[in-house]
Amino acid sequence: MLHIKCPHCGIRSQNEFSYGGDATIKRPELGKEISDQDWDNFVYNRKSLRGKHWELWQHLSGCRQWIKVQRDTATHEIFKTLKANEEIS
Amino acid sequence: MTQSFRLESGGLINRDKKISFKFNGKNYFGYEGDTLASALIANGVHLIGRSFKYHRPRGFFGAGVDEPYAIVQLYRNGETEPNIKATEQELFEGLEAKSVNCWPSVNFDVGAINNFLKIFLPAGFYYKTFMWPKSFWYKIYEPFIRKAAGLGTASIKHDKERYEHKYEYCDLLITGSGPSGLASAYSAAKNGAKVILAEDKSRFGGTLLTSDVNIGNQSGKEWADSIVSELKEMSNVTIKNRSQVFGYYDHNMLVMSERISDHLPKTKKYHPKQRLWYIRAKEVLISSGSIERPIVFGNNDTPGVMLSSAAKEYMKVYGVLVGKKPLVFTNNDSGYETAIEFKKNGVDPIILDTRKEPQSEIIEEAKNMNINIRNSYVVVAAQGYKKVKSADIAKISDDKEEIGSVENIKCDCICVSGFWTPTIHLASQSGNKTKFNEEIDAFVPGVSKQNEKTLGAANGIYTLEETLKDSFEKGNQISKEITNNDNKVSFPNVVEKKSTIHDKFWCVPLPKGKNYKRFLDFQNDVAVSDIEIALKEGYRSIEHVKRYTTLGMATDQGKTSNLNGLQLVSKIENKVVPAVGHTTFRPPYSPVSIGAIVGREVGKHSKPTRKSPMHSWHEKNNAVFVDAGVWLRPRYYKRGDENLFEASKREAKNVRTNVGVCDVTTLGKIDIKGPDAAELLNRVYTNAWLKLPVGKARYGVMLREDGIVMDDGTTTRISENHYHMTTTTAQAANVLSHLEYYLQLVWPELNVNVVSTTEQWAGAAIAGPKSREVLKKLFPNSDVTNEGLPFMGYMEGDLFGVKAKIFRISFSGELAYEVNVESDYGYFMWEKIIEVGEEFGIQPYGTEALSTLRIEMGHVAGSELDGRTIPYDNSLEGLLSKKKDFIGKRSLSRKAFAAEDRQKIVGVVPLDKKTSIPEGSHLVKDSNAPLPNPKLGYISASCWSVEHDNPFSLAILKDGKNMIGEKLFVMSPLKNKVIPVEIVSSHYVDPKGERVRS
Repeated sequence: MLHIKCPHCGIRSQNEFSYGGDATIKRPELGKEISDQDWDNFVYNRKSLRGKHWELWQHLSGCRQWIKVQRDTATHEIFKTLKANEEIS
Repeated sequence: MTQSFRLESGGLINRDKKISFKFNGKNYFGYEGDTLASALIANGVHLIGRSFKYHRPRGFFGAGVDEPYAIVQLYRNGETEPNIKATEQELFEGLEAKSVNCWPSVNFDVGAINNFLKIFLPAGFYYKTFMWPKSFWYKIYEPFIRKAAGLGTASIKHDKERYEHKYEYCDLLITGSGPSGLASAYSAAKNGAKVILAEDKSRFGGTLLTSDVNIGNQSGKEWADSIVSELKEMSNVTIKNRSQVFGYYDHNMLVMSERISDHLPKTKKYHPKQRLWYIRAKEVLISSGSIERPIVFGNNDTPGVMLSSAAKEYMKVYGVLVGKKPLVFTNNDSGYETAIEFKKNGVDPIILDTRKEPQSEIIEEAKNMNINIRNSYVVVAAQGYKKVKSADIAKISDDKEEIGSVENIKCDCICVSGFWTPTIHLASQSGNKTKFNEEIDAFVPGVSKQNEKTLGAANGIYTLEETLKDSFEKGNQISKEITNNDNKVSFPNVVEKKSTIHDKFWCVPLPKGKNYKRFLDFQNDVAVSDIEIALKEGYRSIEHVKRYTTLGMATDQGKTSNLNGLQLVSKIENKVVPAVGHTTFRPPYSPVSIGAIVGREVGKHSKPTRKSPMHSWHEKNNAVFVDAGVWLRPRYYKRGDENLFEASKREAKNVRTNVGVCDVTTLGKIDIKGPDAAELLNRVYTNAWLKLPVGKARYGVMLREDGIVMDDGTTTRISENHYHMTTTTAQAANVLSHLEYYLQLVWPELNVNVVSTTEQWAGAAIAGPKSREVLKKLFPNSDVTNEGLPFMGYMEGDLFGVKAKIFRISFSGELAYEVNVESDYGYFMWEKIIEVGEEFGIQPYGTEALSTLRIEMGHVAGSELDGRTIPYDNSLEGLLSKKKDFIGKRSLSRKAFAAEDRQKIVGVVPLDKKTSIPEGSHLVKDSNAPLPNPKLGYISASCWSVEHDNPFSLAILKDGKNMIGEKLFVMSPLKNKVIPVEIVSSHYVDPKGERVRS
């Protein structure tokens, strides 16, 4: 079970969180023309990276905040966590 | 019965307390402190089971967790449990055990015929033979193999025992209470670190209980006892016996199973049987010791062949002789210690040492005791079927390739020592890349990946002095960094006998003309010849060889077989062992009972049960409840002898003709506040929300980004910047997360707050043509006329002094209202509704009637919004705004979603107007078409229409728009039904929607 540092609450066990997928995906702007390909990439197409990966988790049984977590998908090592409004650098 | 193999004195057992037990129907006795294995050996019982594949006789091989043979079916307090190791099971009064894997009995086993057929049962036999013909697998092969194999029978009864889970945090978790575990725990504890010390066995001390050493002028055991009692007194130390740390998971989370009651005749009241500990440790010290490895020779699986360390443990801990004419076969000094122990107990052993001229203190001592030692000698083969009777022995050449002339000597046991294999399982599970240690010919932990270090024998250190020094130091060092204390522990004086290097000899060559089976894996019956075949057939990777031959895949996870298997592969392949590599160790280290893993989360406890504030009223009024997600909801209210069908029909009819009341507390409720609340709703819902006036409700549908309908419900504008959203019962939690996702991550510029208020409000739906009359009585001071409170209107009211929210919304399709009050007033509200509604014939209705009402109205619910349908499929396309963008809109222009013959919701009526249509049935054009019959659609929900008094169903049907009036067939292969039906509109009642507005 992972140990995730919620930027709001501190270190908590994985079972307080739910997974939310790739954190680098940006939702296209509302009302803007977008090609089928770009829309498909947003909705469906995800890289299945091995290694460092920025992903979203929600601290569901805690502060309910969505957070950004940089995790190694192969080793589960967590390098960094950010608040929702903090930019991935 | 006399215990003919019990020593007169000695051992750590309590000879004052006799314990009687039963094995295979026969009565025996042992002593308190015995294991089932030690008690059986004391009674001269060596035949305990049959092997997995060949059904060869099986005895005892070890004395603990490494035991590959002695697996029994245990009977305890009216329950039975399979896969119990006799070497681990402590004796208790009335214990009963039986052999497994033998039929009809362990002495006469029909399956042993496999032994004579073994030439036909080589590696991969099952893969090769039982593949053809394909149809034979389920009918013939599998049942046969299942009957012949297996390690016991799982109970099919409900397990009445209690199992608990515990979460713990500590600075240091130390796994194993041998010399390294005790020393490191002691020095860490002295620094004030929070320490958990776990010991798998019932006794603390590990090898200190059996080795002839002296620490600080005490025997090893005395030293261990004094350290343990000191640790037990320290408040920062948790010290647990009968506790196996079996898994090392991510981020230093380890799991330990504590066997609290397994050694007792029955579990004490208020005690669990076992407890599973989830331990998050800052640092882990692995002090799991090592397991002696066997030397491979002919018939090395015969009962009576066992590890020399086990023979020593049986003598020193249990006062039991494993034989009276022992042969010790060794390639190192450990065998000598066992021989010396035999000699001390008045038994004359013979030592066969593969080494030519070894010299050490231990060997010297054996020589001084006049023990018969033969150097450069090996056991070629054990002789005897159900027990060793003699051994064929021979001299071996210096290069270990040739054996001399074979002679036969009498013996009743062969104690084998092929040196030691560090127990690296936990280190390996943690991600530690293990490395090969040439000196000890085995793998040891390498570079740590998590916060873990391995000590003592588990790390390949085999002298006590070095082990203790290293362990004291590591314990101090690691704890110092955590607690900032540095309380040095003075190092005790250690006296131990020096040993010399072992001989890297592991497998005796076959004598000419002999074809003895030489086993590597004792539990899975994998012999040298099986590995040879696998390699001949082209298997190269050790992972493949393992799976093909099943080497190391038994429940003992190859604790005694892995390394010899690797030796063999590397020898045939002409590689060095580290180049072959070892297979992956995975948790659990040792079998864990399913009960312990499940813990308390059984049956009703597997999830929380939520009840509405009106629950007790429902109970008092004969409600029959149904699980709706985690909620308990009344399904129907039983009157007299009514069944579900009759009661729900009555309740639904009463709504259509008079008035009914339904508990809708379970609906998800989300409070939305903020200046941008309308904008959020406008983006989340498919229809327009910016112009909804205060005091009005609106029905809305929300999509996922992929265009699939996520949820529906009504949202009401309570005041300028305050909305009350309702969701379906099932999706409440997901919708809240969904809103939070968009507010926090996608549109953080929106100034809106959302919070769940599901528990804060109790809700009652009052529905039926007379519902307004009921409302007038409930709220005499409010104007609830059609003008005062029109359809989709909202107002606040005073319900006999309680503030209430009144929504004029309808799920039943009738004139209807939903009244919400604060949860604590829910019961009061409900009683009042029943009270004032009595004169109008009000009846409570449950979820079954609720379903009937919505189905015949064609209102969609969870069975249609099932995560596979878009708005069009549910005839909700009218709610799609053309003017604005919303979540999921772009996906709706995907080709398949816009197809002309897209599936759509329809109504289905059986032609005979009698036959009920099973939910989940398929719609087909031709009921006699050859299989696979093309499926046109499926039945999503069925009811008995109370309006039309015949069955009615909703279906999602391909090209549903153009299918109205068509005759099709409903097929349910599950219920074996074929029903001719007509497709009708999904709005079966009041298609114009006049009633809700009346």
